[in-house]
Amino acid sequence: MQALTTRAKAVDRRPMTFLERLYLWNILKGMLITFSHIFKKQPTIQYPEQKRPFSPVFRGLHVLNRDEEGRERCTACGLCAVACPAEAITMEAAERLPGEENLYREEKYAARYEINMLRCIFCGLCEEACPKDAIYLSETFAPASFTRQSFIYGKPDLLIPDPKTQPAELAAAKGLS
Amino acid sequence: MVEEIGTNTEGDLIINVGPQHPATHGVLHLVLTLSGETIKKVEPHLGYIHRSIEKMCESLSYRQFIYVTSRMDYLSSHINNHACALTVEKAMQIEVPQRAQYIRVIMDELTRIASHELWWGAMAMDLGAFTPFFHAFRERETITDIMEKTCGARLTMNYMVPGGVMVDLHPDFQKDVKSFIQLYKSKFEEYNELVTGNIIFQNRMKGIGILSKEDAISYGCSGPVARASGVHCDIRKLYPYEIYSQLEFDEILDTAGDSFARYMVRLKEMQQSIRIVEQLIDNIPEGEFQAKTKAVLKLPKGEFYQRVETARGELGVYIVSEGGTTPYRIKFRSPGFSNLSALEHMVKGLKIGDLVAAMGTLDLVIPDIDR
Ligand code: SF4
Ligand code: SF4
Repeated sequence: MQALTTRAKAVDRRPMTFLERLYLWNILKGMLITFSHIFKKQPTIQYPEQKRPFSPVFRGLHVLNRDEEGRERCTACGLCAVACPAEAITMEAAERLPGEENLYREEKYAARYEINMLRCIFCGLCEEACPKDAIYLSETFAPASFTRQSFIYGKPDLLIPDPKTQPAELAAAKGLS
Repeated sequence: MVEEIGTNTEGDLIINVGPQHPATHGVLHLVLTLSGETIKKVEPHLGYIHRSIEKMCESLSYRQFIYVTSRMDYLSSHINNHACALTVEKAMQIEVPQRAQYIRVIMDELTRIASHELWWGAMAMDLGAFTPFFHAFRERETITDIMEKTCGARLTMNYMVPGGVMVDLHPDFQKDVKSFIQLYKSKFEEYNELVTGNIIFQNRMKGIGILSKEDAISYGCSGPVARASGVHCDIRKLYPYEIYSQLEFDEILDTAGDSFARYMVRLKEMQQSIRIVEQLIDNIPEGEFQAKTKAVLKLPKGEFYQRVETARGELGVYIVSEGGTTPYRIKFRSPGFSNLSALEHMVKGLKIGDLVAAMGTLDLVIPDIDR
């Protein structure tokens, strides 16, 4: 217990002067400060008409990635589901059949992949855990819907557009266009 | 739960404040016994937002449970995570790299400033002043932007991992923080002119809600609430963790113990936090931002305790380990709970309007009280 009295600083409590004790002057001073801000730079962003850019590390809604040839990267290893503290991820694995090499990159793939966005706490542990760079958290946020069911995102909601067949959608999803 | 409104045998009025009430900052439920406008009794009822975080943590691994604690005291979520990471590191004797320690402390102090900013705005709003809220949020926004750029989220940062931090700093970090410090210094005078120096404000704060030093100790208060009553209780000074022992900063003390003292202590603490950030921001050492740890963490058998100073006071994390991958039992000592218990003592005999003012200076975050 050596540090008990080191460098403690008491708050200064000086009594108020006469001018400071005048109610009217205080109200006027407050008004002056407030109104002077009309002429200063506005820090407000007029959301949703205006949007501010998000940083690349922002943890928004999930995206299932594809490789350059448009094949799904996920191999249904389940590491993301194990890492998830909220138990938001469920999946079912399936074997890749001959002839599906252009769809799935690995021999096993996720036939069903669901993330419950209402359970998810957007911690980013699934992204950390994934060995195939298959899942990452995008910069989209604030989804809105009328039903709880629609917040369970399946593969169609999660997969990014195919760079080969839907290049325009992909560009839009990446925020390039 | 009591009837919506009622009287007891002595003819006193019994009313509910909350759980959905704008003056209680969240879902605090108070049952007041009033004689006219004078407060006779204040009974906080807890449990409305109980999510059993402690129990939840028992089924989560030592990597995962850190992120759940962000939801306790959401205004200083980074410091909660810090406490948990420190406990795990202490138990496993993980050496945290210097760079990570610097980053953690800078982030802690930025979180503290952001939390105090929000408190300042919300407390002025409790007293009926609406504009300060926007002033406070303008500066706080700059901090949340820095947080978002670095950690990936604005409120629940999840930046801690056992052994360091999750990602390295982004290249603009120092520039951003320095421009924030400049902005903050230019605006701080405005805070004092707008609120602190106002006679109406001072009349409502001075001599209201007095908590003596003895009472502060016996109720187990901590943080700015206890320091305003003259108790030396800054964990950063008493039991320094990370690099706090090498830093130059003052522990702000007052002896009056009234609402105004608590207000002043927090206001000055923000400046001390700025001072700490200024000392560190230019000297962040190069190197690793994360120590090498195993993928699956196993704590040795035993009991581990670590305390840190959050924006509200002393947060303690107590882990009992059976040697497995999940905690056997986990307990958080949250500052808000003890501070809330002193409320009745502070406001007994005062008018109902003073209750809101005194409660504002306690800086209660309900999910922290009611985990
Ligand atoms: S972000 Fe976290 S909570 Fe959400 S799915 Fe991934 S691991 Fe689970
Ligand atoms: S997303 Fe990644 S971690 Fe999850 S199952 Fe697919 S490959 Fe494995």
